[in-house]
Amino acid sequence: MLSDRLPTEGIRKKFNITKKSSGQKVVALAGNPNTGKSTIFNALTGLRQHTGNWPGKTVIQTRGTFSYGGSSYILVDLPGTYSLLASSADEQAARDFLCFAQPDATVAVADATCLERNLNLVLQVMEITSRVVVCVNLIDEARRKKISIDLEELSAQLGVPVVATAARSGLGIAELKERIHQVAFGKLTTNPRRLVYDPEIEEAVSCLEHSLKALIPPGVNSRWLSLRILEGDRTVLDAMREYSSKISYGREPAVETGHCPAGSRA
Amino acid sequence: MQEMPLSKLPLKKRGVVTSLSAEGMARRRLLDLGLVPGTAVEAVRRSPAGDPTAFSIRGAIIALRKEDADKITVSLH
Ligand SMILES: Nc1nc2c(ncn2[C@@H]2O[C@H](COP(=O)(O)OP(=O)(O)O)[C@@H](O)[C@H]2O)c(=O)[nH]1
Ligand SMILES: [Mg+2]
Repeated sequence: MLSDRLPTEGIRKKFNITKKSSGQKVVALAGNPNTGKSTIFNALTGLRQHTGNWPGKTVIQTRGTFSYGGSSYILVDLPGTYSLLASSADEQAARDFLCFAQPDATVAVADATCLERNLNLVLQVMEITSRVVVCVNLIDEARRKKISIDLEELSAQLGVPVVATAARSGLGIAELKERIHQVAFGKLTTNPRRLVYDPEIEEAVSCLEHSLKALIPPGVNSRWLSLRILEGDRTVLDAMREYSSKISYGREPAVETGHCPAGSRA
Repeated sequence: MQEMPLSKLPLKKRGVVTSLSAEGMARRRLLDLGLVPGTAVEAVRRSPAGDPTAFSIRGAIIALRKEDADKITVSLH
């Protein structure tokens, strides 16, 4: 059994994130490669940035800080990926941070010139965390290509705020900061579009989730972890061991399925 | 309506994905490329050796090896 769980701050330290004050908020930046993530990162943080490695990986981690509305924020640039589920080192770093470090807000950057393709990752991010702001970047390029985007409808469909930016010229960055502020402080409650699976899967998820909750730190998304375990993704078991202090190496987390209806066992 | 593996889709023809037989991480990769049922795919060009083939999928050109394209079924209308 798992007793002393690491509080969120302890887990964040494992990702090299240490708050300078208790009020400081942690913000993650996610997105496909080449969507302008680094440009947005620079627009938000200026020169206040540091690079290091993601823990245990040869993947670069960039962190920075910015102030807005009298509050301070730590911004973490996640590796640019097309997915959070296919288990490359980049994807694991991004997904573990979102799941276990529980950022106060996550900016999901999408390329306005091929939005549909980018929404795959946006939905995957929203499945892990509800505190999401979608940033539709390269809006100047989209306009040049005569692509118009109904931002209000996109926001209504996704259930999270959507901001259009042209990060290279700074367009929309002020609004992006405001939305990050609102989401990080809970001034704006999001209602992310939920993915519902087949009844058999939903039944197996709710039964697994029940036992999983005792093994994972508070606030960690047990539904998402259950889905990954059902999918047979062993790397999430490693992540659970890493970020849940009492699940040790050498044995599988003891997931109790005894109380589940026989039909729902894997 | 005719069904065939994506690997057999003639050049310049458009098919719509009906199912995937890949499993595990291979299936995941294909889904993340946008190859979910209902997606229109066009064979754009084939490398001189016949493999891989470049397909237009949801606004991007993506090269797939024959062994992966074999695991995707498309319908031709
Ligand atoms: N036109 C335009 N170019 C942009 C914008 N944002 C980024 N870029 C350019 O797109 C390229 C990729 O940006 P980068 O920030 O490195 O993308 P990353 O891979 O997501 O970190 C660079 O050449 C940027 O200057 C934008 O909003 N408009
Ligand atoms: Mg970058």
